[in-house]
Amino acid sequence: MAKIVGSITMSHVPAIGRAIEKNLQQTPYWKPFFDGFPPVREWLKTAKPDIAVIIYNDHGLNFFLDKLPTFAVGAAPQYQNADEGWGIPVMPPFDGDLDLSWHLIESLIANDFDLTTCQEMLVDHAFTLPMALLWPEQGNWPVRTVPVCVNTVQFPLPSVKRCYSLGQAIGNAIESWDTDARVVIIGTGGLSHQLDGKRAGFINKEFDLMFMDKLISDPLWITRYSIDDLVELTGTQGVELLNWVIARSALRGEVIMKHSNYHIPISNTAAGLMLLESI
Amino acid sequence: MAPVKKKHEIAGTTIFDGDQARKGYALNKMCYSFNSADSRAEFLRDEDAYCKKYQLNTQQRAAIRNRNVLELIAAGGNAYYLAKFAGIFKLDMQDIGAQQTGMTKEAFKAKLAEAGE
Repeated sequence: MAKIVGSITMSHVPAIGRAIEKNLQQTPYWKPFFDGFPPVREWLKTAKPDIAVIIYNDHGLNFFLDKLPTFAVGAAPQYQNADEGWGIPVMPPFDGDLDLSWHLIESLIANDFDLTTCQEMLVDHAFTLPMALLWPEQGNWPVRTVPVCVNTVQFPLPSVKRCYSLGQAIGNAIESWDTDARVVIIGTGGLSHQLDGKRAGFINKEFDLMFMDKLISDPLWITRYSIDDLVELTGTQGVELLNWVIARSALRGEVIMKHSNYHIPISNTAAGLMLLESI
Repeated sequence: MAPVKKKHEIAGTTIFDGDQARKGYALNKMCYSFNSADSRAEFLRDEDAYCKKYQLNTQQRAAIRNRNVLELIAAGGNAYYLAKFAGIFKLDMQDIGAQQTGMTKEAFKAKLAEAGE
Protein backbone atom coordinates (compact mmCIF):
# COMPACT_ATOMS: atom_id res chain seq x y z
CA MET A 1 0.00 0.00 0.00
CA ALA A 2 1.04 3.63 -0.45
CA LYS A 3 2.78 5.29 2.47
CA ILE A 4 2.27 8.78 3.87
CA VAL A 5 5.77 9.92 4.76
CA GLY A 6 4.61 12.99 6.69
CA SER A 7 2.72 16.27 6.65
CA ILE A 8 4.19 19.71 6.12
CA THR A 9 2.11 22.74 7.07
CA MET A 10 3.18 26.23 6.09
CA SER A 11 2.03 29.75 5.28
CA HIS A 12 1.62 31.18 1.79
CA VAL A 13 1.79 34.89 0.96
CA PRO A 14 2.37 36.43 -2.50
CA ALA A 15 5.21 38.56 -1.07
CA ILE A 16 7.26 35.34 -0.69
CA GLY A 17 7.24 35.11 -4.49
CA ARG A 18 8.64 38.62 -4.78
CA ALA A 19 11.30 37.87 -2.16
CA ILE A 20 12.41 34.78 -4.11
CA GLU A 21 12.41 36.73 -7.39
CA LYS A 22 14.58 39.48 -5.90
CA ASN A 23 16.79 37.02 -4.02
CA LEU A 24 16.02 38.59 -0.63
CA GLN A 25 16.09 35.34 1.38
CA GLN A 26 19.01 36.40 3.55
CA THR A 27 17.98 40.02 4.16
CA PRO A 28 17.11 40.82 7.80
CA TYR A 29 13.38 41.01 7.02
CA TRP A 30 13.15 37.62 5.29
CA LYS A 31 15.91 35.55 6.89
CA PRO A 32 13.91 34.38 9.94
CA PHE A 33 11.26 33.05 7.55
CA PHE A 34 13.44 31.42 4.87
CA ASP A 35 15.82 29.90 7.40
CA GLY A 36 12.97 27.69 8.55
CA PHE A 37 13.09 25.60 5.39
CA PRO A 38 16.51 23.91 5.00
CA PRO A 39 15.76 21.26 7.68
CA VAL A 40 12.54 20.35 5.84
CA ARG A 41 14.41 20.11 2.53
CA GLU A 42 16.94 17.78 4.16
CA TRP A 43 14.12 15.64 5.51
CA LEU A 44 12.56 15.47 2.03
CA LYS A 45 15.82 14.10 0.63
CA THR A 46 15.53 11.17 3.02
CA ALA A 47 11.75 10.77 2.96
CA LYS A 48 11.81 10.75 -0.87
CA PRO A 49 8.12 11.32 -1.60
CA ASP A 50 6.92 10.48 -5.13
CA ILE A 51 3.74 12.54 -4.86
CA ALA A 52 2.64 15.64 -2.95
CA VAL A 53 -1.03 16.11 -2.08
CA ILE A 54 -1.39 19.84 -1.59
CA ILE A 55 -4.25 21.20 0.51
CA TYR A 56 -4.71 24.91 -0.16
CA ASN A 57 -7.19 27.64 -0.99
CA ASP A 58 -7.44 29.43 -4.32
CA HIS A 59 -7.49 33.25 -4.27
CA GLY A 60 -9.38 33.95 -7.48
CA LEU A 61 -7.13 32.38 -10.08
CA ASN A 62 -8.84 29.10 -10.94
CA PHE A 63 -12.16 29.70 -9.18
CA PHE A 64 -14.11 32.93 -9.41
CA LEU A 65 -17.23 33.49 -7.31
CA ASP A 66 -19.42 32.33 -10.22
CA LYS A 67 -18.69 28.69 -9.32
CA LEU A 68 -17.02 28.10 -6.01
CA PRO A 69 -16.71 24.54 -4.73
CA THR A 70 -16.28 23.86 -1.03
CA PHE A 71 -13.83 21.02 -1.77
CA ALA A 72 -12.25 20.46 -5.20
CA VAL A 73 -9.75 17.80 -6.23
CA GLY A 74 -7.51 18.18 -9.27
CA ALA A 75 -7.45 15.38 -11.82
CA ALA A 76 -5.27 16.92 -14.50
CA PRO A 77 -2.10 15.57 -16.10
CA GLN A 78 -0.44 18.92 -15.50
CA TYR A 79 -1.20 22.07 -13.49
CA GLN A 80 -0.24 25.51 -14.74
CA ASN A 81 0.32 28.65 -12.71
CA ALA A 82 -0.68 32.02 -14.24
CA ASP A 83 -0.70 35.78 -13.64
CA GLU A 84 -2.64 36.53 -10.45
CA GLY A 85 -2.54 40.28 -10.93
CA TRP A 86 -0.07 41.16 -8.19
CA GLY A 87 3.13 40.87 -10.13
CA ILE A 88 4.81 37.70 -8.92
CA PRO A 89 6.62 35.55 -11.51
CA VAL A 90 4.69 32.68 -13.04
CA MET A 91 6.14 29.35 -12.00
CA PRO A 92 6.92 26.35 -14.23
CA PRO A 93 4.11 23.75 -14.49
CA PHE A 94 3.61 20.82 -12.14
CA ASP A 95 2.96 17.24 -13.21
CA GLY A 96 -0.17 15.64 -11.85
CA ASP A 97 -0.72 12.03 -10.81
CA LEU A 98 -3.96 10.92 -12.39
CA ASP A 99 -4.00 7.55 -10.65
CA LEU A 100 -3.90 9.09 -7.20
CA SER A 101 -6.30 11.87 -8.21
CA TRP A 102 -8.95 9.40 -9.27
CA HIS A 103 -8.28 7.05 -6.39
CA LEU A 104 -8.81 9.99 -4.00
CA ILE A 105 -11.94 11.13 -5.82
CA GLU A 106 -13.48 7.64 -5.78
CA SER A 107 -12.55 6.99 -2.19
CA LEU A 108 -13.66 10.37 -0.85
CA ILE A 109 -16.99 10.32 -2.67
CA ALA A 110 -17.57 6.76 -1.45
CA ASN A 111 -17.08 8.24 2.02
CA ASP A 112 -19.76 10.90 1.50
CA PHE A 113 -17.58 13.87 0.53
CA ASP A 114 -19.35 15.60 -2.36
CA LEU A 115 -16.37 16.85 -4.32
CA THR A 116 -15.86 18.92 -7.42
CA THR A 117 -13.39 17.26 -9.79
CA CYS A 118 -11.19 19.36 -12.06
CA GLN A 119 -9.58 17.93 -15.19
CA GLU A 120 -8.19 21.36 -15.92
CA MET A 121 -7.05 23.55 -13.08
CA LEU A 122 -4.79 26.55 -12.59
CA VAL A 123 -2.88 26.60 -9.32
CA ASP A 124 -2.11 29.87 -7.53
CA HIS A 125 0.54 31.08 -5.08
CA ALA A 126 -0.95 29.01 -2.26
CA PHE A 127 0.18 25.93 -4.20
CA THR A 128 3.22 27.22 -6.09
CA LEU A 129 5.10 29.09 -3.34
CA PRO A 130 5.13 26.19 -0.88
CA MET A 131 6.47 24.01 -3.73
CA ALA A 132 9.20 26.59 -4.42
CA LEU A 133 10.07 26.81 -0.73
CA LEU A 134 10.44 23.05 -0.47
CA TRP A 135 12.17 22.54 -3.84
CA PRO A 136 13.84 25.90 -4.61
CA GLU A 137 15.38 24.76 -7.88
CA GLN A 138 11.84 25.16 -9.39
CA GLY A 139 10.83 23.36 -12.54
CA ASN A 140 12.58 20.05 -11.93
CA TRP A 141 9.92 19.20 -9.41
CA PRO A 142 10.85 15.79 -7.98
CA VAL A 143 7.24 14.97 -7.07
CA ARG A 144 4.00 14.62 -8.96
CA THR A 145 1.14 16.58 -7.43
CA VAL A 146 -2.54 16.34 -6.54
CA PRO A 147 -4.22 19.65 -5.59
CA VAL A 148 -7.04 19.65 -3.04
CA CYS A 149 -8.62 23.09 -2.96
CA VAL A 150 -10.74 24.25 0.00
CA ASN A 151 -13.04 27.26 0.00
CA THR A 152 -11.79 29.71 2.61
CA VAL A 153 -12.92 32.72 0.57
CA GLN A 154 -16.71 32.95 0.54
CA PHE A 155 -18.68 32.12 3.67
CA PRO A 156 -20.14 29.76 4.69
CA LEU A 157 -16.89 27.79 4.88
CA PRO A 158 -16.73 24.10 5.76
CA SER A 159 -16.58 23.56 9.52
CA VAL A 160 -13.35 22.66 11.28
CA LYS A 161 -14.87 19.30 12.12
CA ARG A 162 -15.71 18.64 8.48
CA CYS A 163 -12.17 19.56 7.44
CA TYR A 164 -10.79 17.26 10.10
CA SER A 165 -12.92 14.40 8.72
CA LEU A 166 -11.80 15.19 5.17
CA GLY A 167 -8.18 14.90 6.24
CA GLN A 168 -8.86 11.55 7.88
CA ALA A 169 -10.58 10.34 4.71
CA ILE A 170 -7.65 11.51 2.57
CA GLY A 171 -5.26 9.65 4.87
CA ASN A 172 -7.34 6.48 4.73
CA ALA A 173 -7.65 6.72 0.94
CA ILE A 174 -3.90 7.04 0.43
CA GLU A 175 -3.12 4.22 2.83
CA SER A 176 -5.56 1.93 1.05
CA TRP A 177 -4.11 2.72 -2.39
CA ASP A 178 -2.57 -0.40 -3.80
CA THR A 179 0.82 0.95 -4.90
CA ASP A 180 4.19 1.43 -3.27
CA ALA A 181 4.06 5.23 -3.77
CA ARG A 182 5.39 7.52 -1.07
CA VAL A 183 3.15 10.53 -0.46
CA VAL A 184 3.75 13.78 1.40
CA ILE A 185 0.80 15.93 2.50
CA ILE A 186 1.29 19.69 2.33
CA GLY A 187 -1.25 22.04 3.96
CA THR A 188 -0.80 25.74 3.21
CA GLY A 189 -2.17 29.02 4.57
CA GLY A 190 -2.48 31.01 7.78
CA LEU A 191 -1.51 31.51 10.41
CA SER A 192 -3.22 34.52 11.97
CA HIS A 193 -3.73 37.48 9.66
CA GLN A 194 -6.40 39.87 8.51
CA LEU A 195 -6.06 41.86 5.30
CA ASP A 196 -9.38 43.68 5.26
CA GLY A 197 -11.27 46.22 7.33
CA LYS A 198 -10.34 48.48 10.19
CA ARG A 199 -9.05 45.39 11.97
CA ALA A 200 -6.44 44.86 9.21
CA GLY A 201 -3.09 43.84 10.64
CA PHE A 202 -4.63 41.68 13.35
CA ILE A 203 -2.25 38.90 14.46
CA ASN A 204 -2.64 36.53 17.43
CA LYS A 205 0.66 34.94 18.38
CA GLU A 206 -0.67 33.28 21.53
CA PHE A 207 -3.43 31.46 19.67
CA ASP A 208 -1.15 30.46 16.77
CA LEU A 209 1.38 28.90 19.12
CA MET A 210 -1.36 27.08 21.00
CA PHE A 211 -2.78 25.80 17.69
CA MET A 212 0.63 24.53 16.57
CA ASP A 213 1.17 22.81 19.89
CA LYS A 214 -2.26 21.19 19.90
CA LEU A 215 -1.83 20.06 16.32
CA ILE A 216 0.80 17.66 17.67
CA SER A 217 -0.70 16.54 20.95
CA ASP A 218 -4.47 17.04 20.63
CA PRO A 219 -5.51 17.70 17.02
CA LEU A 220 -9.23 17.54 17.85
CA TRP A 221 -8.82 20.59 20.13
CA ILE A 222 -9.32 22.97 17.19
CA THR A 223 -12.67 21.37 16.27
CA ARG A 224 -14.27 23.03 19.33
CA TYR A 225 -14.15 26.34 17.46
CA SER A 226 -16.71 27.59 14.95
CA ILE A 227 -15.54 29.36 11.81
CA ASP A 228 -16.78 32.65 13.33
CA ASP A 229 -14.69 31.94 16.44
CA LEU A 230 -11.66 31.38 14.23
CA VAL A 231 -12.19 34.67 12.38
CA GLU A 232 -12.29 36.41 15.73
CA LEU A 233 -9.21 34.58 17.03
CA THR A 234 -7.06 34.45 13.88
CA GLY A 235 -8.42 37.09 11.47
CA THR A 236 -10.46 36.88 8.29
CA GLN A 237 -7.66 35.11 6.43
CA GLY A 238 -6.34 33.26 9.48
CA VAL A 239 -9.13 30.76 8.81
CA GLU A 240 -6.84 29.30 6.16
CA LEU A 241 -5.58 27.19 9.05
CA LEU A 242 -8.32 24.79 7.93
CA ASN A 243 -5.77 23.53 5.39
CA TRP A 244 -3.39 22.70 8.25
CA VAL A 245 -6.16 20.81 10.03
CA ILE A 246 -6.74 18.63 6.95
CA ALA A 247 -3.01 17.99 6.47
CA ARG A 248 -2.67 17.01 10.14
CA SER A 249 -5.68 14.72 10.34
CA ALA A 250 -4.47 12.82 7.26
CA LEU A 251 -1.84 11.36 9.59
CA ARG A 252 -3.23 8.53 11.66
CA GLY A 253 -2.56 8.13 15.36
CA GLU A 254 0.15 9.94 17.25
CA VAL A 255 2.66 12.14 15.53
CA ILE A 256 6.03 13.61 16.30
CA MET A 257 7.12 17.05 15.24
CA LYS A 258 10.38 16.86 13.32
CA HIS A 259 10.74 20.60 12.78
CA SER A 260 8.88 23.87 13.24
CA ASN A 261 9.30 27.59 12.76
CA TYR A 262 7.16 30.62 13.57
CA HIS A 263 7.88 34.20 12.62
CA ILE A 264 5.99 37.51 12.63
CA PRO A 265 5.55 39.17 10.20
CA ILE A 266 5.91 38.26 6.58
CA SER A 267 3.81 40.82 4.77
CA ASN A 268 0.75 41.09 7.09
CA THR A 269 0.93 37.48 8.20
CA ALA A 270 2.19 35.34 11.06
CA ALA A 271 4.15 32.64 9.25
CA GLY A 272 4.18 29.11 10.63
CA LEU A 273 5.90 25.94 9.49
CA MET A 274 5.61 22.41 10.85
CA LEU A 275 6.86 19.03 9.77
CA LEU A 276 4.96 16.13 11.30
CA GLU A 277 5.45 12.38 11.03
CA SER A 278 3.32 9.50 12.25
CA ILE A 279 5.00 7.55 15.04
CA MET B 1 -31.03 20.08 11.19
CA ALA B 2 -28.61 22.59 12.66
CA PRO B 3 -30.14 26.05 12.91
CA VAL B 4 -28.58 28.77 10.79
CA LYS B 5 -26.98 31.09 13.31
CA LYS B 6 -27.37 34.82 13.30
CA LYS B 7 -24.39 36.89 12.26
CA HIS B 8 -21.44 37.06 14.56
CA GLU B 9 -20.27 40.67 14.91
CA ILE B 10 -16.52 41.25 15.01
CA ALA B 11 -15.40 44.88 15.28
CA GLY B 12 -13.66 46.25 12.20
CA THR B 13 -14.46 43.08 10.24
CA THR B 14 -16.80 42.38 7.34
CA ILE B 15 -17.35 38.68 6.75
CA PHE B 16 -17.50 37.90 3.03
CA ASP B 17 -20.77 35.97 3.21
CA GLY B 18 -23.74 35.57 0.89
CA ASP B 19 -24.92 39.14 1.49
CA GLN B 20 -21.53 40.57 0.56
CA ALA B 21 -21.12 38.14 -2.35
CA ARG B 22 -24.47 39.25 -3.80
CA LYS B 23 -23.77 42.92 -3.26
CA GLY B 24 -20.25 42.80 -4.65
CA TYR B 25 -20.59 40.44 -7.60
CA ALA B 26 -20.02 43.00 -10.38
CA LEU B 27 -17.14 44.64 -8.53
CA ASN B 28 -15.43 41.35 -7.75
CA LYS B 29 -15.97 40.19 -11.33
CA MET B 30 -14.21 43.28 -12.61
CA CYS B 31 -11.35 42.74 -10.16
CA TYR B 32 -11.11 39.08 -11.20
CA SER B 33 -10.52 40.29 -14.77
CA PHE B 34 -7.35 42.02 -13.51
CA ASN B 35 -5.61 38.64 -13.50
CA SER B 36 -4.97 39.51 -17.15
CA ALA B 37 -2.36 42.13 -18.07
CA ASP B 38 -4.49 43.18 -21.06
CA SER B 39 -7.43 43.88 -18.77
CA ARG B 40 -5.27 45.91 -16.39
CA ALA B 41 -4.06 47.99 -19.33
CA GLU B 42 -7.60 48.42 -20.65
CA PHE B 43 -8.76 49.66 -17.23
CA LEU B 44 -5.93 52.20 -17.11
CA ARG B 45 -6.68 53.40 -20.65
CA ASP B 46 -10.34 54.15 -19.94
CA GLU B 47 -11.49 53.56 -16.41
CA ASP B 48 -15.03 54.80 -17.00
CA ALA B 49 -15.61 52.54 -19.95
CA TYR B 50 -14.15 49.57 -18.10
CA CYS B 51 -16.38 50.10 -15.05
CA LYS B 52 -19.41 50.46 -17.33
CA LYS B 53 -18.54 47.23 -19.10
CA TYR B 54 -18.70 45.44 -15.73
CA GLN B 55 -21.89 47.31 -14.74
CA LEU B 56 -20.63 48.64 -11.45
CA ASN B 57 -23.28 50.40 -9.40
CA THR B 58 -22.85 53.99 -8.23
CA GLN B 59 -21.39 52.99 -4.86
CA GLN B 60 -18.89 50.62 -6.46
CA ARG B 61 -17.91 53.15 -9.12
CA ALA B 62 -17.28 55.82 -6.48
CA ALA B 63 -15.22 53.44 -4.34
CA ILE B 64 -13.07 52.50 -7.34
CA ARG B 65 -12.65 56.17 -8.26
CA ASN B 66 -11.63 57.00 -4.68
CA ARG B 67 -9.20 54.03 -4.52
CA ASN B 68 -10.67 53.53 -1.04
CA VAL B 69 -10.46 50.02 0.36
CA LEU B 70 -13.00 50.45 3.18
CA GLU B 71 -15.50 51.86 0.67
CA LEU B 72 -14.75 48.97 -1.69
CA ILE B 73 -15.46 46.47 1.10
CA ALA B 74 -18.70 48.31 1.95
CA ALA B 75 -19.62 47.96 -1.73
CA GLY B 76 -19.20 44.17 -1.52
CA GLY B 77 -15.56 43.78 -2.49
CA ASN B 78 -13.65 40.70 -1.34
CA ALA B 79 -10.12 41.17 0.00
CA TYR B 80 -8.45 38.83 -2.49
CA TYR B 81 -10.16 40.44 -5.47
CA LEU B 82 -9.50 43.94 -4.19
CA ALA B 83 -5.82 43.00 -3.92
CA LYS B 84 -5.82 42.44 -7.70
CA PHE B 85 -7.19 45.99 -8.12
CA ALA B 86 -4.50 47.33 -5.77
CA GLY B 87 -1.91 45.42 -7.81
CA ILE B 88 -2.60 47.70 -10.77
CA PHE B 89 -1.15 50.58 -8.74
CA LYS B 90 1.68 48.44 -7.35
CA LEU B 91 0.27 48.78 -3.85
CA ASP B 92 1.21 46.03 -1.41
CA MET B 93 -0.63 44.68 1.62
CA GLN B 94 1.02 47.18 3.95
CA ASP B 95 -0.20 50.06 1.79
CA ILE B 96 -3.70 48.59 1.94
CA GLY B 97 -3.47 47.95 5.69
CA ALA B 98 -2.21 51.47 6.35
CA GLN B 99 -5.03 53.02 4.34
CA GLN B 100 -7.73 51.03 6.13
CA THR B 101 -6.39 51.71 9.62
CA GLY B 102 -5.57 55.37 8.99
CA MET B 103 -1.93 54.78 9.84
CA THR B 104 1.22 55.62 7.95
CA LYS B 105 2.76 52.63 6.20
CA GLU B 106 5.72 52.72 8.57
CA ALA B 107 3.43 52.76 11.62
CA PHE B 108 1.39 49.86 10.20
CA LYS B 109 4.55 47.83 9.59
CA ALA B 110 5.73 48.59 13.12
CA LYS B 111 2.39 47.39 14.48
CA LEU B 112 2.80 44.07 12.60
CA ALA B 113 6.32 43.62 13.94
CA GLU B 114 5.13 44.37 17.49
CA ALA B 115 2.65 41.50 17.26
CA GLY B 116 5.66 39.18 17.15
CA GLU B 117 7.24 40.47 20.33
